[in-house]
This record gives sequence, structure tokens and C-alpha cells, in this order.
Amino acid sequence: MSLFGLLTPQAFIHGPIETGAQIIVIVAVLVTVLAITYLGRWRWLWQQWLTSLDPKRIGIMYILLSFVMFGRGFVDALMMKSQQALAVGAPGYISPDHFAQLFTAHGVIMIFFAAMAFMFGIINLVLPLQLGSKDVAFPLLNSISFWLTATGALLLNLSLVVGQFAATGWLAYPPLSELAYSPGVGVDYYIWALQIAGIGTLLSGINFLTTIATMRGHLRLMQMPMFTWTTLGSMLLVIFAFPILTVTLALLALDRTLGFHFFTTDLGGNAMMYVNLIWAWGHPEVYILVLPAFGIFSEVVATFSQKKLFGYTSMVVATMLIVVLSFMVWVHHFFTMGAGADVNAFFGIMTMAIAIPTGVKVFNWLFTMFRGRIIFATPMLWFIGFLTTFTIGGMTGVLMSIPAADFQLHNSLFLVAHFHNMIIGGVVFGFFAGFTYWFPKFTGIMLNERWGKAAFWAWIVGFLMAFMPLYALGLMGVTRRLDHIDVASGLYTQPWAHWLFDIAAAGAAVIALAVLFQIIQIIVSIWNKHKHHVGENPWRSQGPEWQEPAEPLHERSARGVAIGAVAALFGFGLIWHIWWLAALALIGILLSLITLPKPEYAD
Amino acid sequence: MPTDKTTLGFWLYIMSDCVLFASLFATFAVLRGSEDIFSLPFVFVQTLALLISSFTVGLAFVTKKQNTFLILTLLLGLGFLGLEVYEFKNLMLEGFGPSHSAYLSSFFALVGTHGLHVAAGCLWMLVMLVTQRFYQLQRLVLFWHFLDIIWIFIFTFVYLFGII
Repeated sequence: MSLFGLLTPQAFIHGPIETGAQIIVIVAVLVTVLAITYLGRWRWLWQQWLTSLDPKRIGIMYILLSFVMFGRGFVDALMMKSQQALAVGAPGYISPDHFAQLFTAHGVIMIFFAAMAFMFGIINLVLPLQLGSKDVAFPLLNSISFWLTATGALLLNLSLVVGQFAATGWLAYPPLSELAYSPGVGVDYYIWALQIAGIGTLLSGINFLTTIATMRGHLRLMQMPMFTWTTLGSMLLVIFAFPILTVTLALLALDRTLGFHFFTTDLGGNAMMYVNLIWAWGHPEVYILVLPAFGIFSEVVATFSQKKLFGYTSMVVATMLIVVLSFMVWVHHFFTMGAGADVNAFFGIMTMAIAIPTGVKVFNWLFTMFRGRIIFATPMLWFIGFLTTFTIGGMTGVLMSIPAADFQLHNSLFLVAHFHNMIIGGVVFGFFAGFTYWFPKFTGIMLNERWGKAAFWAWIVGFLMAFMPLYALGLMGVTRRLDHIDVASGLYTQPWAHWLFDIAAAGAAVIALAVLFQIIQIIVSIWNKHKHHVGENPWRSQGPEWQEPAEPLHERSARGVAIGAVAALFGFGLIWHIWWLAALALIGILLSLITLPKPEYAD
Repeated sequence: MPTDKTTLGFWLYIMSDCVLFASLFATFAVLRGSEDIFSLPFVFVQTLALLISSFTVGLAFVTKKQNTFLILTLLLGLGFLGLEVYEFKNLMLEGFGPSHSAYLSSFFALVGTHGLHVAAGCLWMLVMLVTQRFYQLQRLVLFWHFLDIIWIFIFTFVYLFGII
């Protein structure tokens, strides 16, 4: 056993395309460091941002982290789409193993670091203000949560430079993810990046639920804004779902590192146990993401229809029903397991049932718009785009909830189209709506509407082009995660199947254009900030968060950064089997917890 | 419902820990096999140590002799851990380590996770006694009782059912 465990100079050497990514990461880090040094902003960065305990600043850091990770996940997506367009009856330009790493990284990044970080960013910014409280229940814990999330993102991106990432799909199903079939460090990067970020998420869940429960002053439960309600639902799900992820990843780590036999193919291991566990977390996770987006849309639709939200009570009930039901549908992700007709029927019916509260929400939003004086500002456009695409995705979801239909569609591109329909149409559009809607609250600057609308239209056109063809391809029998379409397959003889892949790739290019518009939108708005300067409540919203100015808080603590840094060393040590490093880091974490400053643990 | 935020936050943490153990119990139930490897009298002594420690930590909370009973609890906790380490070591020496089968993997993970929690509780008491920091008796009692309840489930489902 060498001093550096499994780490050898070989780990830095990659194939040509991966080397490109490696160089980009190194150059990006160097340029950032040099730019900050040149501008002399280290002290400012450290004091004002990295060590800040102000939830508003932590929220902005979450959103910036989300943007960076979204960029990386989006590049992965562009590479996959172009590869698939080029690789019908041809090998394309990406090797099968690299392609597998791409779709794994894309899924992991988009869910855990792009969407989750965006969500916690918005919650940090808006939730305390909606409750009429300045801060969250545990400010230092909030900072620690952020830094654990950032550490997870760091480890994940480190895999571009040292070693490789998992090539297993975003949930790393065994037995493929077991040591016997994935002997490299890729799966270990996956495990420890998610484990560390997941613990940060769990702590955030406890923090925000406590905040809602104890820090809302005289605000009664049934007076809380919808975004607060949906955040409450989402955080309940975090507290109940994330421990399952922690256990699942820990068991896989025990299998890989210490020779346990939970999910191996021999000695009684049961791979389907992993699949059950990970989806018992994974399905609630979908609702963890989409519930806050529902809350944002409820705020947006009321403001821009210039009416009160229709059916507030039924919205609350629907939210809580979704929270409960989301734990009763997980088997629909693997009807093909062979659980038997009765079990599959139960989970199929529960899946259809969860569409009911979601449908209640859709009708409430429609009735809010009904006879309203609708203003078609950008957030409202995102809402309308969401309502249409999300409903299409919802219907294809109900279609797949029928086990017999699912046997045909399982693991096909139909499924890929469905969940992108839900996650992009629901979650991403929701967060974009919230970002545009609340941007003036925190900056005093309105985001440029012209560029915002251009971005919206490019997004929705690109999205439909990129994913509607996948429904057709899925019905034609194309399975997901194919790095090329074999000449021998029947599909190759259908010329229009090729066009469908081309349209999907072109759709991704249109989305790239939309993202460019969004970048321009932000730059133009900040550049011409005098022209875009607006008052405290430019949308004339009735929400409580708009009524009071948001004061900056000045509490600081370096503890979050320190714990994040030590956790990164801990993860790195475990990934590369550098045991002394992991042990030292663990002692460091314990010491930094034992020596916590007093107000954090006292009443 | 507790109104002060730290107590509520701690309850929420305990709730999440419940889910963590529930997942481990479920894994154990699915992967269970049948090996006659446990000694019930030995586990009974372990159980007694933990149950008595739950009593003493309660006494620390309600009587004036806090430190005395805390030290007693700490010793009982350490004794419990010592017995567990002894049991694990013997199982491994006899060839029934976690790599033996999925059943034993799930046994070591479930019981070991409980053991890690007890170790964390012991560390907490040690920090309390030595530095007077984190002197939160109510939360410690909550945590310790919680671990006791988990142990009763382990005793029932792992050891008793394992013998039957």
C-alpha cells in the first residue's frame, strides 16, 4: 500500500477529448484565481461572500454554483446529442466508455448540483423574507450545508482532472457499479460526491423546516404564502428521503471498499435491493425539486393575473397529498423487476393517484388566470410554457404508470423524453420564473424583458425540438443511453429515424442559443443598471416578501468553508484509498465540530 | 411541539435518523439468512448494559448529581461498545465477517451503525464532562433513549428472531 493509495501519475492521463475537458477545467480555475488576484478581491471575496452567514449571500452563492454546474451538465448534453446525431449507423466521435461517463455525469450534475443548488438558492433568498424573519434557524449550519454541497460539486469536477467518473448511469445500479464490473475510481467519485452533498442537503432540510416552524412570528400556517408551503413539503421530503440515499450510498461504498456483499452477484447479494432503496429516495427527490417550483408558479400566476391565487386551501392540501403519495410510487421505476401483478398494480394505481393533486394544482392555476388581467411578463411566459409542457409530460407519465405499457416503454427514449418534460418543463422553467421574478427584489435591477422573452421562446422551441422526437423514437424501440445506432438495427433502414435524431440535436443547439440569450440578458441588465433600475416592488406583487426591504446581515464564520475543505480531503482520501488522509480529515471534522463557537449550540 | 428551535431541530434530526435505521432494518430483512452464530446470554448482558445506561442518563437529568450519573452512563456505554467490538472480532475470527455473505454484511452494517451512534454519544458525554461544552442534557437524554429503542429493535429482530 503506497502513501498515495491508488493514486498514480497514470490517473492524470486521459484520451484526447477527456484531455480537452481536463485542460479546460485547469485553465478555468487558473484564470479565476488570477483574475481575483489581479483585481485584488481575495479579502472582499472571503469576508463578504465565502464566510458570510447571510442567507441572501449564501443563496446567491448557491445560484452561482448552480449556473456553473448547469453549464457543465449542458456541455455534456450537447456532446451526447451531437454524438447521437452523428452515430446512426456510424461510430461517431465519442468512445462508448466516455459516452457512458457523459450521461452519468449529466444526470448527476443536473439533478444534484444544477437543480438542487438552484432550489436552495431561491429558498435561502425568499423563504426568510416570506416568513418575515431576517434569518434562518441555524445560520452557521446553513453555511456548512452550502459548503458541503460545493464540496460535492468540487469532487465531481475533480474527476475530470484526476481519474474518471462513473460510467454507470446517474443512479449507479449494481452489479455494474460494483467493484467487479467498475474497477476504477469513477463510482467512488460518484459515491463520495453525492454522500457529502447529500448530507449538506439533509442538514438544509432540517434547517429550513425548523425555520418555518419556529420563526414565522404571528403568521399562521394557513396564511403562509404558497412558496413557503411548498418549501415546507419539499423539506419534509428531504428529511424523510435523504437518509435513505445516505444508507444506499454507504452500503455500496462498503461493498466496493471493504468487500461487503449487499448488492454483489454472489454470496446472497441482491442488486434489486439497491434499486428499491435508491428509488425510495429517488422518487421523492423528484417532488423535492418540483414542489418549490410549484410554489414559485403559484406566486407568479397570482401576481401577473392580478388576482388572488385561486383555491389556496386546496393548493395546500394538494401539496401535502403529494408529499405523502410520493413515497408510495417508487416501484414504477422498475415494473420490469418482476414484483408480480398485484404489487405492480398497486404502484401503478398510486402513480395515477398522484396525478390527481397535481391536476388540482393545474386547474387552480388555470382558474387564477381566468378573468384575470394577465400581464405577459417573462415570469408569466415561463409559467405558461410550464403549464403546457408539464401537462404533456404528466400525461405521458400517467401513460407509463400502466405496468403493461411500461414493460414496452421501460428504458426507452420515451422515458427520457418524459422525465426531461417534467424536469425542464417543471423544475427548470419554475426556477427561471422565480429567478426573473425575484431578481429585482434583491438587486433593485429588473432583468431585461426583451432578452428574457427571446430566451423564453428559444428555450421552448429548442426544448420541444430536442425532446418531442424522443417520444417517437422511444415508441419505435430506441433504448436510452445508446452511444450509436447499429447498422444492423431495423431503425437504420428508416430514413426518418435519422432525421428525428438530427432534429433533437438541432433542438439542443436552439437551447444553447436560449442560454446565450439568458447570459446576454443578465449582462445587459447589469451593464445598463440605471436604465433597468426599479423600485422595491416593480411587479406590484401582494406577497409579504415584497413589502419590507431586505437588510444585509453581517455575521461571518469561516467554519463552513473549513468543514467543506476538510470534507473534500475526506472524500478524496476515501476515493483514492489514501487512508491516512481520510482518517486525519475525519479527526479534523470532529475537532471542528467540538470546537464550534458557543451561540451555535446554545439555546 | 417544542417551541425552541434547537430542540425542534434535534427532533427532526432524530426523525431522519429513524429513517436511516429503517432503511438498514429493511435491508437486513431482505438479505436475512440463517446462521446459528449468536450467543443470546452475551447479547443479554449487552442489552442490560444499555438499558441500565438509559436509566442512569435519566437520573443525570432529574437528580442533582449530574456528573456522577453521566460518568456512570459513559462507562456503561463504553462497556456496551467493548462487548460489541469483542463480539464482532470473534465473529470475524470464526470466519463470519461481513464478507462472508449478504446476511452478515447487513448484520454488521445495522449493528455497526448503531454502535457508531453509541460511540458518538460517548464522545458527546466525554466532551460535556471535560470541557463543559455542548452541555445539553435534555438532548443527550433524547439521543440516548433513541439509541436504546433502536437497540431493542435490533435485539428483537436480529438476535431473538435469529435464534428462532
